[in-house]
Amino acid sequence: MDLSLSDEQKQLQDAAERFVRDKYTFENRRKIVATEKGFLPENWAQMAELGWLGMSFSEADGGYGGGPIETMIVMEQFGKGLVLEPFLPTVVLGGGMIASAGTAAQKEAQLAPMIEGKKQLAFAWLERQSRYNLADVSLKATKEGNGWSLSGHKGVVYNAPSADTVIVLARTSGGAREEKGLTLFLVDGKAKGLTRRDYPTQDALRASELTFDKVSVDTDAVLGTVDTAFPTVEEAVDRAIVALCAEATGCMDAINAATLEYIKTRKQFGVPIGKFQVLQHRMVDCFTNAQEARSMTLMASLKIDDKDAIVRRKAASRAKVQIGKSGKFCGQSAVQMHGGMGVTDELAVSHYFKRLTMIDLMFGNQQHHLTRYSAPCWTPSRSWRSPPSGPSATKWPARPSR
Amino acid sequence: MDLAFTPEEQKFAADVRAFVKANLPADVRDKVKNGKHLGRDDYMRWQQALGKKGWLVYTWPKKYGGPGFTPAERYIFENICAEEYAPGIIPFGTKMVGPVIYTFGSDEQKAKYLPAIRESTVWWCQGYSEPGSGSDLASLRTKAEKDGDHYIVNGSKTWNTMGHWADWIFCLVRTDSRTKPQEGISFLLIDMKTPGITVKPIIMMDGGHEVNEVFFDNVKVPLANLVGKENEGWTCAKFLLANERLGIAAVPQSKRGVEALKEIARAEQDNGRPLIENQGFAEKIADLEIQVTALEYTELRVLSQMAHGGQPGPEVSGLKIRGSEIQQRITELTMEAIGEYSAPYLPGLLWHGTNEAPVGPDYAHLAAPRYFNTRKTTIYGGSNEIQKGIISKMVLGL
Repeated sequence: MDLSLSDEQKQLQDAAERFVRDKYTFENRRKIVATEKGFLPENWAQMAELGWLGMSFSEADGGYGGGPIETMIVMEQFGKGLVLEPFLPTVVLGGGMIASAGTAAQKEAQLAPMIEGKKQLAFAWLERQSRYNLADVSLKATKEGNGWSLSGHKGVVYNAPSADTVIVLARTSGGAREEKGLTLFLVDGKAKGLTRRDYPTQDALRASELTFDKVSVDTDAVLGTVDTAFPTVEEAVDRAIVALCAEATGCMDAINAATLEYIKTRKQFGVPIGKFQVLQHRMVDCFTNAQEARSMTLMASLKIDDKDAIVRRKAASRAKVQIGKSGKFCGQSAVQMHGGMGVTDELAVSHYFKRLTMIDLMFGNQQHHLTRYSAPCWTPSRSWRSPPSGPSATKWPARPSR
Repeated sequence: MDLAFTPEEQKFAADVRAFVKANLPADVRDKVKNGKHLGRDDYMRWQQALGKKGWLVYTWPKKYGGPGFTPAERYIFENICAEEYAPGIIPFGTKMVGPVIYTFGSDEQKAKYLPAIRESTVWWCQGYSEPGSGSDLASLRTKAEKDGDHYIVNGSKTWNTMGHWADWIFCLVRTDSRTKPQEGISFLLIDMKTPGITVKPIIMMDGGHEVNEVFFDNVKVPLANLVGKENEGWTCAKFLLANERLGIAAVPQSKRGVEALKEIARAEQDNGRPLIENQGFAEKIADLEIQVTALEYTELRVLSQMAHGGQPGPEVSGLKIRGSEIQQRITELTMEAIGEYSAPYLPGLLWHGTNEAPVGPDYAHLAAPRYFNTRKTTIYGGSNEIQKGIISKMVLGL
């Protein structure tokens, strides 16, 4: 057992820290938010050059053989700077699913250029009714000649405006919310019949509502096998959750540091407000919360590669519960302790708060993951490592049996 | 970075488990497993077995007779002992006064006191708090005045845990009352058999006798029993408290507590189904488990930093706060799981191991006393409010 970073990992951390320091001052970020794409292509190119876009993929897939710890390291720094480049949708989700389910040709066509920074991806899974159930998919893909025809709607698709390829989760058979019968398709971002309504999100990212009106794709657009996409999606989302947790720990560090600085300098009643015990204890609770968030992110990053899907799910859900709880506490406390300044757009605090708030909502909030995690705790503890029997056990999210 | 244990660590784990299985007396194991109270002899038999193996003072460096465990070995040792229902090691000698003596004591003191701590032949207790000095420890007034080759000690100490079983007490005493409170304190070792010492029980709200008030009436203590320099005892006091923080999180015990809680929640009924299938209750357990995991990984991160020569960071200060809150939550949920059958109070069964028949399930009568008793964890060792004050000053610079 050893929980320290290797020399290479420390170098990666330093490089990511430097990147954020150089490119993501608060004022710089404001300018990036205001650009047409909402991120800087030159930053993306630099990430490719530094090897970050390929670091978590195997060498066979054209990557550098890293893993979840490397992803954790850069995501944490991205959180500190509220980095806007679409690393999560493109690399963690899109790249992750292509690496795990793609054919050699698909990897050649999608993953290789993605790693070089020449292609961006988006993952379209959510629909109006889905909430946090990854299997609640009704966008239909039907056989049509030699290929498939996709019709339906997808919502809040992060990075869709810039995505060269959109990975679409569609229903090819089965009823509503059935895990079986789901298929992933690689769809060109400019495909005929695909229309977008683009918008910024609360935390200054870019996303779209996508309407598919008989969008035709070839058979080779199927990522993985027909009807069996669910496990691929679930695993990719669990990985994305852990990456988000790392980003959130970076946000928490930054927001806590800003608040600590503020209460040391802001004077009321003739003293810095940090002299008041009620604020001191709240500040201590913020730091404890951030430490716990960091611990759970580390735990989940170490377990997310586990071959046992239950271990993996539980790790992701536990970490997400902690991040939801700690993020809310640090975010709300920071705003409160900044007083009136905390509710303005002028300070970084509100921007971190907004990002932390959206992270909690992504891929299941604190309550959702508490429910998902608590389901297996009904089974006797001895059998925790083996999959519980019955169809409900594989459901995502796990639902109570009564 | 790797969570997996190396082959050497796995072998060590197997050795520890085999040792505990072979050397933990069966009756002591049963008492711990069933939540019964332990007597002095129960603790001593187990600690002496550990002492013979050289593992009792498992946090000590090799130089002073400790095993020099790596952080991973320490983690393995603590967890396996808890999993096998070994009693907790009494910290007063092993984790408190022992390290103070090997850090600040003279060679004579090291030779005289350390072997008996390593082998658990002497029971130590703590004389820190006083009736008028709780959170404000430095205001303590128990006085030690020089008289030839002795100090004469007068005053009283309170919240003295298990002093009625102790052979020796380590005390903070006032040797100078003219300077700043922290600058006139000394660290004294006192034989409990010295004339003039009276131990008076304090009965806690669960009905148990665990702590005492200790009175000193013209107690003669040899000058040789002073550890460190006169009036510099506050340094020893702070060192001891910092040393105490790591390990006070009680992660292995809390992991065991959560497992026991789940067993009870499986056994208890709720509308004809096991309580653990009640979604609301299952989520409370899940939330508690997540808290325990966060604490465990925070402790592991601290241990890992220390293994690489780093100093414990701000994480360590939070361990006591979160660890104590979690211990309380476990007892609270256990009582909630049992419901009204927590009400019967059976002191014979609880304290004296009589054959009185339990009311309801075996585990029921323990739940409420545990809950009541465990309210102490956020108060002792420096209340959690004091801990937050320390972090805000020492770590955050407020």
